[in-house]
Amino acid sequence: MVEVAVRVGGAAGDGIASVGEIVAKSFARLGLHVFGHNAYQSVIRGGHVWFQGRASTERVYSQGDGCDVVYALNPETAEIHGPSIKQGGFLVYDPEKFTIPDDRIPVGATAIKVPTLAIARKFTSQSILQNAAGLGAASYLAGLPLETIQGALADSFGKKKGEIVEWNIGASAEGYRVAREAAGREIPAIAPAGPPKLLMTGNQAIAVGAAAAGCKFLAQYPMTPASTIMHWLAAHSREVGVVVKQAEDELAAINMAIGASFGGVRSMTATSGGGFSLMVEALGMAGMSEIPLVVVESQRSGPSTGLPTKTEQGDLNLMLGAGQGEFPRAILAPSHPVEAYRATLRAFELAEEWQTPILLASDLHLSENFATVDRGEITFPTEVSSLFTVTPNGHDYLRYAYTANGVSPRSLPGQAGLQYVSGSDEHDEKGHLISDTKSGVPLWVAERTKMMNKRMHKLDGLRGATAPPYLEGPADAELTFVTWGSTLGAVRDAVKLLAARSHVTSILVSPTVYPFHGAEFLALAAGAKKLLLVEANYSGQFGRLIRAETGFDVPHKLMKFDGEPFYPMEILQKALGVLIDGGK
Amino acid sequence: MAGSSTAAAPAGVGTLLPLVGKSDTKPTWCPGCGDYSVVAAVEMALKKLKIPSHEVVIVSGIGCSSNLPHFVNSYGFHGIHGRALPIAEGVRWANHGLTVIATGGDGDGFGIGCGHFVHAMRRNVDLTYVTMNNQIYGLTTGQASPTSMMGQKTKSTPTGVIENPIDPIALALASGATYVARGFSGDVKQMAELIQNGITHKGFAFVDTMSPCVTYNKINTFDWFRQRVYKLDAAGHDPTDIVAAWSRSLEWGDKIPTGLFYRTEKPTYEDLEEVLAAGPLARQPAGLSGRESILDEFL
Repeated sequence: MVEVAVRVGGAAGDGIASVGEIVAKSFARLGLHVFGHNAYQSVIRGGHVWFQGRASTERVYSQGDGCDVVYALNPETAEIHGPSIKQGGFLVYDPEKFTIPDDRIPVGATAIKVPTLAIARKFTSQSILQNAAGLGAASYLAGLPLETIQGALADSFGKKKGEIVEWNIGASAEGYRVAREAAGREIPAIAPAGPPKLLMTGNQAIAVGAAAAGCKFLAQYPMTPASTIMHWLAAHSREVGVVVKQAEDELAAINMAIGASFGGVRSMTATSGGGFSLMVEALGMAGMSEIPLVVVESQRSGPSTGLPTKTEQGDLNLMLGAGQGEFPRAILAPSHPVEAYRATLRAFELAEEWQTPILLASDLHLSENFATVDRGEITFPTEVSSLFTVTPNGHDYLRYAYTANGVSPRSLPGQAGLQYVSGSDEHDEKGHLISDTKSGVPLWVAERTKMMNKRMHKLDGLRGATAPPYLEGPADAELTFVTWGSTLGAVRDAVKLLAARSHVTSILVSPTVYPFHGAEFLALAAGAKKLLLVEANYSGQFGRLIRAETGFDVPHKLMKFDGEPFYPMEILQKALGVLIDGGK
Repeated sequence: MAGSSTAAAPAGVGTLLPLVGKSDTKPTWCPGCGDYSVVAAVEMALKKLKIPSHEVVIVSGIGCSSNLPHFVNSYGFHGIHGRALPIAEGVRWANHGLTVIATGGDGDGFGIGCGHFVHAMRRNVDLTYVTMNNQIYGLTTGQASPTSMMGQKTKSTPTGVIENPIDPIALALASGATYVARGFSGDVKQMAELIQNGITHKGFAFVDTMSPCVTYNKINTFDWFRQRVYKLDAAGHDPTDIVAAWSRSLEWGDKIPTGLFYRTEKPTYEDLEEVLAAGPLARQPAGLSGRESILDEFL
């Protein structure tokens, strides 16, 4: 098995993310499984940012623990990340930029001094070229073949040709050579492990998924970590035939999306918790007016502005309760880009089938980090049906007709004889208001009850139409993790770490957070020896949902709300504690 | 909903279809309310243009006037407070073959929804926005609105309003609206004409109608307006002259101009949004089937 992690750190504006992405992409091109972790701050220049590409011949689900190579563009990076370097690892830096006293070189690590600035000067006066030299050095130490890294580097310039690309290629070769000489030992090159893999962020997977699902309209207001959904679709707008509207605020964004859906296209909006808070009223309108809608809620650390560039799973309560009154909704919680792609396809199907808002719960950790996906894992639906399919029935048309499953035939503007008024007020089957002169009158009191029942009945349908919880791992595991969303990744990696220590553990996975599949969850939980809840928030919001829905309190809990994603090792430590302590 | 992937031609094209008229719901406005004139004017305008009722969408927010879509036999969207315009924009972009009219009151459009008002105009979305401006909150029983005049005593301002009112006409001119008009519920014929021309206008058409509230606004009454209104065209106003339009927009007091303040031609948002060049979005192909090469960039 090959497993290697390369970390690049410096200040914002240093080009860290692009160096890191080239490393991650190179691993993916060799057919390795990759997790690319992009850690940044809410500044455009300065501060401390880092990117790590972790690759393995086995599946990797998180940033993992520690790394093999650190390329430090400034002394802070060496200081912060030095201790993470594993035994036999390397610390790459340019002694012209800063010096590290010998006693500060991490134990077990080798310092590799690479004159990145001097190499850059051989080609140009632009110091940014130093990154190519550092990239070459780090790549050699990580076992990446020079031609692989140079291919990814050249491709990162797109169609641009000429001396800029040549300088980069030259500088990377020079850095590669210097590292080879300085390493003190031959680092074997990683052999291709299979066909090249796709490297995508969760948001890219969601954006591709939306287009593949037939979404024709996205309205969004910029907000980290949801913005890159808009960026991908905007960049590909004409190619994929999706209108992308940057709205004046999130109120407009969701209302535009609702209007477009009413007008006859599959539509979506995406935001983070702050923007979602503004969308709440309109979300209820989509529920009341029975309009299909997909909303991506990519969580970040709250409350309020919180830590805008850091992750958290703190908006579950908000997503569950968003909106006055009650209306049906579903919340899907993928954990990995490939799951995000599939959940997006499913969200559009569910929204249309059940004519109600479907929430896609993501977070910064899933939305903005990279992971590999096998090309075959992403297939595009062959037929995305037209929405103009309602059979006209003229004067008898009832937009909100009572039906067995609560879903009524929906006409679209432009269809003759099927006009109706979509109302946010309570209404009758025809769509006529019962909020003004009829409300409180006995006949219409009963009508209100029927209409509420009709809408809420869709929850039963949604429960049946969404993926139930399942057990990953053996039924007789010593310990079963309970988690949701992106945290599943680190838990999966922790399970592997535990297995290496001869502990058999399993995961109770809940791809659908709501409607909660209580009976299925309880059945699986009942068979577990010990249960440990892992989620990235303060109060254990998923645990609370489980209690509310089943009366079952997951006995052991691991919460994290420092803005950082879970590291497999901290989950392992907690799990060992639970295993040793006893108690169910 | 499963079905054929081929988007059928709009049902009924080429046949005689019902034009816009009254719906089977009777207005619930107070007797004498200015909004009766507005719904009549909207109906007249659409009838005159012979647009079949199924190709019209009337979108509104919340408030007395926002009930309007229920009283017309077209498609309607009775949304939430202040959001008529973004909903209407979404409808328009989903299917720009439709005639989209947004309606609502002064609280809805110039208070809670004022941000959308400005942005819809700068985009020059091709829709018609008809506001029923009664300078008061009616449905919530009489609080000050963004267009209530200085000093007006209301339930929320018992000693009188102490803020300057919004001037919707001036705001529209400043925001880049390409058709700016004011109507008055005391003159349905003029109002219908203004709305009709607004609908045929290519771009954002704003028609602010002074539509008196007979219950909660005892100052800006029908009579109050009748004593003050004069018609811009009769006064020789040139609606292509933005400076003249600005100057007329400032008139409010003894004399209140009605009619067309300003009109100009500019590309609409729909003209400039390249994806819409292939026809109404709702009738374009959807999905990525056969386009697997799009994944190459992730390799």
